[in-house]
Amino acid sequence: MLEINCPYCGPRFETEFSYGGEAHIERPKDSENLSDEEWGEYVFMNSNTKGVFLERWVHTSGCRRWFNVARDTVSYKILAVYETGTEPPELDLRKDV
Amino acid sequence: MVEAYLRQSPLSQLALPSRAVSEAGDAGVVMSERPFRRIVNLRGDPKSDAFLSAAKSTLGADLPLAPNSAAAGKDTSLLWLGPDEWWAISEDNTPPLADKLRDALSGQHTSVTDAGEGYTCIAVSGPKAIDTLAKGCTLDFHDSVFAPGSCAQSDMAKAAVVFHRLEGETPSFEIYVRSSFAEYLWRWIEDAAGEYGIAVTG
Ligand SMILES: [Zn+2]
Repeated sequence: MLEINCPYCGPRFETEFSYGGEAHIERPKDSENLSDEEWGEYVFMNSNTKGVFLERWVHTSGCRRWFNVARDTVSYKILAVYETGTEPPELDLRKDV
Repeated sequence: MVEAYLRQSPLSQLALPSRAVSEAGDAGVVMSERPFRRIVNLRGDPKSDAFLSAAKSTLGADLPLAPNSAAAGKDTSLLWLGPDEWWAISEDNTPPLADKLRDALSGQHTSVTDAGEGYTCIAVSGPKAIDTLAKGCTLDFHDSVFAPGSCAQSDMAKAAVVFHRLEGETPSFEIYVRSSFAEYLWRWIEDAAGEYGIAVTG
């Protein structure tokens, strides 16, 4: 069980949250002109990181806000929590992997 | 808006008034339903002075800006739900609080939604109230974390709820739950509280 520090409500159990996959993927701007391959690239081809992964979570049972989490996929340790629309904080990637 | 004479609480089939006692005695947990509250969901920019002052003049108190905090307005409880979202709860039906807020906030980028008909309120108090709630919720209910006068949204026995801890030495909570989950949640809490002794009050 993860304890996730919602940037708005504070620390809560993982059961209150839902997962939103990889963060910082930009939706294609002229989506009506995309080929199937380009759509597939956008929708399905996420990175499968071993180590620090930047991902989205939503506080479903609390404030219902989306935010970003930097989590180590090996240790499951959460290294940072930051608001949607902001850049991830500087992380020393070697230290915790 | 449902007319008052057609209204039924979502717990009416439990016939709670017939079980109500006037003295809780040595019951560890005291339960009651507080139905028909008017709940207005209010959203707006907490950085906007115009929004904050219009809300204050209508509600009679500053909107609580600290996470998980509540405030008492004029005949109104104000609960923080998110960085730009609150509940204003009142027993008073005339004139509707939502209308008053809409008038006061007209022209501003805000949202006022009457939400009361979708919920009921289950009050749980007594010396064993925290032990009971902790069986079904991952929140830390200790005084140092969930202090009297604060609120939180979470899950209780997997049902989405809003907790409001009232002021006072004896733990006392109001739990807002959607009507369709109300009977399930009442029965769940009553089952969980059985070992402590229960009194139902009116
Ligand atoms: Zn939250």
